[in-house]
Formats: sequence, C-alpha cells, structure tokens
Amino acid sequence: MSTLRETLWDPIAGFGVTFRTMFKKPVTEQYPKEKVPTAPRFHGRHQLNRWPDGLEKCVGCELCAWACPADAIYVEGASNTEDERYSPGERYGRVYQINYLRCILCGLCIEACPTRALTMTNEYELADDDRANLIYEKSDLLAPLLPGMVEPPHEMLISDDHHDYYRGKTLPIVEKES
Amino acid sequence: MTVTESGSTDAAPIELVTLTIDDVEVSVPKGTLVIRAAELMGVEIPRFCDHPLLEPVGACRQCLVEVPDAGNGRGMPKPQASCTLEVAPGMVVKTQVSSPVADKAQRGNLEFLLANHPLDCPVCDKGGECPLQNQAMSHGNGESRFIDQKRLFPKPVHVSEQVLLDRERCVLCQRCTRFSEEIAGDPFIALLERGAQQQIGIADGEPFHSYFSGNTIQICPVGALTSADYRFRSRPFDLVSVPSIAEHDSCGAAIRVDHRRGKVMRRLAGDDPEVNEEWITDKDRFAFTWSFQEDRLRTPLVRDPGSGELVPTSWPGALAVAARGLAGKATGVLTGGRLTLEDAYAYAKFARVALNTNDVDFRSRPLSAEETDFLASQVAGRGPEVTYSALETAGTVVLVGLEPEDEAGTIFLRLRKAIKRGVKVVAVASHRTRGFAKLDAELVQVVPGGEPQALADLRLDETDIVLAGERLGQVPGGLTALTALAERTGARIGWVPRRAGDRGAVEAGCLPTLLPLGRPVGDGEARADLAAAWGVESLPAAPGRDTAGIVAALAAGDLQAAVLGGLELADLPDPAAATAALAAAEFVVSLEVRLSDVTPFADVVLPVAPPVEKPGTFLTWEGRPRQFETVLDTGALPDVRVLAGIAEELGAPLGVRTVGQARAELEELGTWDGARPAAAKAPPARGAGPVGTVTLDTWSQSIDDSRLQDGAGEYRATARAARLKASAATLASAGVEPGAAARLSTPAGHAVFIADVAHLPDGVVWVPARSEGVHVRALLAAGFGDRVTLSPETPAANGGDEA
Repeated sequence: MSTLRETLWDPIAGFGVTFRTMFKKPVTEQYPKEKVPTAPRFHGRHQLNRWPDGLEKCVGCELCAWACPADAIYVEGASNTEDERYSPGERYGRVYQINYLRCILCGLCIEACPTRALTMTNEYELADDDRANLIYEKSDLLAPLLPGMVEPPHEMLISDDHHDYYRGKTLPIVEKES
Repeated sequence: MTVTESGSTDAAPIELVTLTIDDVEVSVPKGTLVIRAAELMGVEIPRFCDHPLLEPVGACRQCLVEVPDAGNGRGMPKPQASCTLEVAPGMVVKTQVSSPVADKAQRGNLEFLLANHPLDCPVCDKGGECPLQNQAMSHGNGESRFIDQKRLFPKPVHVSEQVLLDRERCVLCQRCTRFSEEIAGDPFIALLERGAQQQIGIADGEPFHSYFSGNTIQICPVGALTSADYRFRSRPFDLVSVPSIAEHDSCGAAIRVDHRRGKVMRRLAGDDPEVNEEWITDKDRFAFTWSFQEDRLRTPLVRDPGSGELVPTSWPGALAVAARGLAGKATGVLTGGRLTLEDAYAYAKFARVALNTNDVDFRSRPLSAEETDFLASQVAGRGPEVTYSALETAGTVVLVGLEPEDEAGTIFLRLRKAIKRGVKVVAVASHRTRGFAKLDAELVQVVPGGEPQALADLRLDETDIVLAGERLGQVPGGLTALTALAERTGARIGWVPRRAGDRGAVEAGCLPTLLPLGRPVGDGEARADLAAAWGVESLPAAPGRDTAGIVAALAAGDLQAAVLGGLELADLPDPAAATAALAAAEFVVSLEVRLSDVTPFADVVLPVAPPVEKPGTFLTWEGRPRQFETVLDTGALPDVRVLAGIAEELGAPLGVRTVGQARAELEELGTWDGARPAAAKAPPARGAGPVGTVTLDTWSQSIDDSRLQDGAGEYRATARAARLKASAATLASAGVEPGAAARLSTPAGHAVFIADVAHLPDGVVWVPARSEGVHVRALLAAGFGDRVTLSPETPAANGGDEA
C-alpha cells in the first residue's frame, strides 16, 4: 500500500545523508592511536600529592575511605618517628590502597581530604587483564618527585614547625654548593 | 553511657520531686541532677565533664540551662550548669530545646571551648567518636569567629608509657583527674598552672602508673588522652565492635573488642552496672596481644617417632595419633584454669567418659585436700549469692588471702565505691599494700600461715562478707577456719580465684571429687543421675587424684599418659618435679593456643582457639555466668571440638561437639540438688615447704610478665617495680641493706631483688610472684607461706643471673 513518494523518493533521500556526510570532517576518535586530552576537571586516576620538599601530604586520616561510597579505599595510619618521617606532623599513611575494580571515580574522596593530599589526575587508562594489578598501592599513587623534592623518609625541610606547611610556607631556596 | 544505679530496686519507696522541664512536668527521685532528669524525659543537654559515675563538678560549663523558677518562685538570674543543679519541687527548667537563652549560652560556651582546640581531627584518635566533635556539630556554631593563633603545646606528653596527653586538645573537664582520685584512688594526674596555661599534668618523676589508667582514655570527651599502642592505628568507623568478657581474672568484666581486618585493634570497657560498671583494669584493656604472638599454634603437631621432632599434621591424623596414644593407658587430665565453662565441661566429661577416670584437676598451683573439700561443699553448685552489689551493702568486707587491686581489679573498684557508702574493709594480710591503703582497710596483720587464727578471732555478723582468695587454700586450716567463721557468725563467704576459668572449672567438674554442677563423685545417686544423662553405663566411682597426685603418679609410672589443656608447668608447686614427671610420661597430649613449656614433652600438640576466637562462658567469682560470642572467626577450634574428636577416635563419643551443645547439655543437667559433701576439716599446721630463715609472702601483681600479657610493651612498662619488702629488723638480721640487692634462696635455687623496708611482721618477706624474668615459683620451688633464706646479694656471689 506504499505511496509513490515512499517507493521512489525515500531511498534517495536516505542516501542524501550519506552523501552529505562524505564531505564532512569525521568525528571518530582514533583511540588508542591518537589520544585526545580530557576536559581539565575530568575524574581520572588518583594521585597522592607531596609538599614542595617531597614529604607526603597524606596524614592517614582515612576520611577518603570513610567518604568512599564504593568502599574502594583502604588506609592505615602510623606514627612518624624522628628517624623515619614521611609527612609533617605526627601521623602518616603507612598503607594506602585504592581498588580500581570498585572505584567509581566519583571524587567524594578528594572532597573529603583535609590536606589536599588526594587529588585526581586526568589519566583514564585504568584497565588490566589481572585483577590484582588494579589495586593501586601507595607507591603507585604517589606523585612523582619534582625538582627540589626529596624522597621521604627525611626530616621536615620547609620548617621545623609542621603548622608552617599548612600556612603555605614554601621551600627556602638553599644554595647547597656555596 | 547510662545511669548505673544498681542494687536499689528493693530499696524503700523513693521520694519523688516534680518539676517542669521544657514545659513538660516530670517526677524524678529526690537528689537527681537536672541534666539527668532531662535525660529521663528525652532531652539531651550537651556536656563534657558530667559522668554518671563521677561526682558532679561543673567544670566545662557546657550544660547551661535557663531556670525561670528555682522552685521558690524566683528565677535564677543567669543560666545554670544543669550537671550540678539538683531538682527541687516546682522548679521550672528550660533547656536549649525551649529556651533561646540556654541555646545561646551553650553555643557561646562551645565557641570558647573550641577557641583553643586544634583543628586536628583528621589525625586525632578520637575523631569519629568524639563528644566534642559531635556536640560541636549538634549544638555549636558552624563558623568560628576566633581568628588568632591558637594556643600550642609541644605534643604529646607521656603521662605514662601507656597514656599520652595532647594538652592543646584538653577542655579541662577533669574527668580523668576525678576518675583517678575518686574511682581508682590514684591521683597521679592533676590540673597544673593557671589561666590559659592551665593543663593536666603529672609530678616530675611520678608517672601515671595506675592499674586503671586506661579508663581515663575512654572517658576523655576529647582526644586529649590517647593510648600509645592504639595511636593512629585505626578509626572508629572501620572497627567492628563485639561485646565480650575479659579473660584475665575471675571478675568477668564486660569489655568491647574492636577489630579490623581480622586483627584486634583495641579493647574498651563494656557497660555492665551489675559487674564492672564502666571500668576495667588496664590488664583487661591492653593485654590482648598474647594470642597473636609468633609462637601461636596453627596446625596440629605430632612427634615423629624417628626424629623426635614435632611435625605439622592434618587434624584427622593428629586426632587419630592422640587417640591411639591414649588408648589403654591410665591418663590424668590437667586443665590450667583459663578455660571457658563449656571447654572445662568437655575436659571433665572427656576424663570420665573417654578415659574412665576421675583424675582431672584444674588447679595448676599449690592445693590441698582441704581446698578440694571446700570447693565441693561451699562453692560448687551455688549460684551468685555474694555479688558485687552485695559488697556495696555489706557492713564489713573481710579480705583474706586476696589483694584485690592486684588480683581482682573489679572487686577493688567496687570496694572503693562501697567504702564511700560506709562499708568497712578489713584485710587479713602480712602488710598494708597500696591497694589496702586505698580501701582504707583495717589491717589484721598476720604471718602467712596465721590466717586461721586471725579468722577465728574476727567478730562479724550476718551482714558481713568474707572474700577469700585462692592463697587461703594454701594455708593449712585456712578454709576450715573460713567455713567455721561463716557458721559461727552468719557472715557470707565468697571464694575469689585468680583465673577466669577457675570458678567455671569447679562447676564443670574438673575436680577429682566433683562431677559437673556440684555432683559429688562419692555419691552413687549423683553418678547414676549423670551416667543416665550422658547415656553411659556407669561412671568411675573412685575419687581421682588431684594435680599433685597426678604429677606424682606420672613420675612414678602409675599414670602413663597425660592430657594437658592450657597448663603452665611454671605455675605448679614444684616445676622441676612436674617437668620430670612429664618427661617420664609415655604419652602427653597438649591442647594449647601457643607453644608453651609443656610443648617439648608433648607427643601431640593440638592448637585450640583463644577466647577471642571462640564462644564461651566464664563464671565470675560470684558464680555469675558471663557468656560471650566469637569475636574473630578464624576457624580455630575450641577445646570441646578437639576433645570430641579424640573421644570419637577412642570409640567413646562425648556427645557434644560444639560450645553451643555443651552449653545446652549443662543447662539440661541442672545443678545437683542432692546431699552436699561435708565441709572441709583440717587443722591449722605449718606447711612443709623448704626450710629457711624467713616466711615468704607473695602474689602476682596485676601487671607482670605472665603469658597472657605478652606483646603489650607499653602497658607492661607501667608495671610496679619488683621490690622485696620486709621489716627493717628482718633485713638487719639478714645483713641486707635497705635499697641494696637481697637474695632469696632455697635448695632449688635463688632469686635476687632490691630490698625495701615496709611494715611487715618480723621474719616475713614479700616479693612479687612474677616480675620481668624472675618467676619466684620456678626459681625457688617455693611460694606463699614457704620458708626461704634471706641473705645479702654480694657481687661475687652473683653469677650473672641478675634479677
């Protein structure tokens, strides 16, 4: 019962879309051959930040673990000692694990973090063929050492008073050689 | 936190006072504080210093309420602290719920408290369970107007090795100082300085060494007091809390075990008004690491006949080897007194049903036939008659052979409460200890062994209570005199053993003359009754051997095998003889949580669960059942399951395989209602110990190096110094300088202590039974009441075995 318009015109009109698109720039992303930057505030893999002297910002308070709706974070705190200092102040995160099999990258943990130790990077390539590899340890999550940073454990280099770290004091420029 | 007014249910009609709180009329007993009256009608007034078990002080000013009418028609001009304000007839109170004035006062006060309180909640152990945090959220302003630098203190201060103080967190509520002074009687911490520098502190060189110091950590409403071994270990929200019962003494204190990922992180006081109120000893709180030590047994071990080494074996294999070894051999069963009621019952039944013997005894310490009779006639099958609350209403409480602060901390605290109500404490002992002094006790000074005469001379009446520790059983005639005293005066008696499982073992029938729940072995009717309940033909009729008899029979070859449950050889009257006896035994089965001094002699070692990993029941010294469930489910087997396995292999099934079944069977058996054995009768006599110049008085201090306190380093560091105490004359006649090293010796060996002068009778020395590395019993083969030789310790004579 098809009309004349349906039998003759509609197939041609359909190809019209095809013909028009042939002259447009394709929108296909050539991932993984070409990687497109994410939006700047994209929720990617976490990172544990450091103070300018390399000490860890994490104090092992577990607020991230508490905030996590997917129960993906496990933290154990411990005491800094005179000989072994990982963060300013008394407490540091001895164990820090994020289970990316569970993490939904919602970012509630970074909102909970009282020291801005935990932030999110834009890295999104979180896939593996081994489940165990997707439990990221502290060593996997710690930010890389930037110039001027020293790998902990070491004493506080910015100030002897750990409160100064939180007041925004920065590393004094030390001319070591002179 | 609850109001814990126990024992007042049968009191005279209470005078009620009617007042109006938040426009609601309530009637409360006279003398009630407004803050608690408000609680009763469902209004929670914020507070920090107020604690129902401490005297009101009004220190924190957080509980301010408006009082438009104080009951006399006139209003209070300013908001009042409701924690120090008693109710009055016709009083009108408006809390923060109905009064903007009260609400503003509370908000303002909280802002003041927070002015100097650091914002370090993320690193504070209290964060997440902090009354200050909670009440700042519920009753505080969202923002602080304080913009200046907060007061800082160098942190933290060690008020003891175990308790740390962060002074800037303190809100000066004085709960800790009030607890130490009022409840524990150890006022080692106090407020120091004035004004903004006011802080809690200790005197120089006088650390907070109290047996109850841990309670201050728990009642601190902020994170100012923290525990060294729990510091930064976990957060309240990732802990799983399970109520349980402390396994360290016969007090049955309620505790809360907090664990995380299969590890116990800490223990807190439970809340049981009938038993421990809200307080526990530091031993109950901090000594929980013993079952997680390296030497924990995880698999059954069987001695390889070829190499003589213990090799790991499967459970079925080990049970079969154990059964083969025990089959046909005359076997004695020794249980160490730390078992739960259900497990002790399994041993008792195992001995009778599978081994067909009454050779079973729980007492791994000096004992006497007199004590066996006493337990059968006076202790077994009796429910809670003398209870904690009875202590509060007694006229006089006599302590004999018992130092409650060291040996039964919960009793000590309850007696501290009782003396405030006019109860008099009389201590029959060799000297006035710190604990007796804190109980304001009248001392009836005796030389060890003189207790029967002292008891005979006591004048008591039926309102009085005599608490006898297990040392009285080591005095010939002691328990006879106790029974006679009770009959003569009508005073009630309580038997206070040292270990958690002792009372349960008596009920379970781990005694050579007693079957479960008070059934005497010598009573044919009792045996027939039990045999019918157990579904066996008959039960062995001959009374068995006690611990001393079993050890002697093993050495002599009359017994060829032994089943040992949680036994420590070093506790036995003569450890060397016990070691030789085990070496002589043909076959030894050891059921243990950890490797022990029995392990080298064991042919089969079967790992069993510590209390934290199994359900069970401890009976308190009162006879009160204290049931607890599994905290950590590790798959470790309770003794009852292991014994059931051996019994099945032996072809004589126990009939119970689980703790629940044992519980049910005990319930079904019921207490024996037939005739009781006659009371103990033994004449006072001098014990036949080693011969020496002085009489030894000794007991275990609360904190020492016993195996149940292993692994708790900070806690153990708060132990009292191990000193020898004797009178100046005793020391002088032995040629020992006060403050110098003294040597105690017997033919078996010697021990060295620093000597202190104390008010002891001449010819008596006191030393702690165990102190770091010095086990009096193991070194001297002597104990309470024995004669030892006191001499000066000369450096030349000291062959390097330093005390």
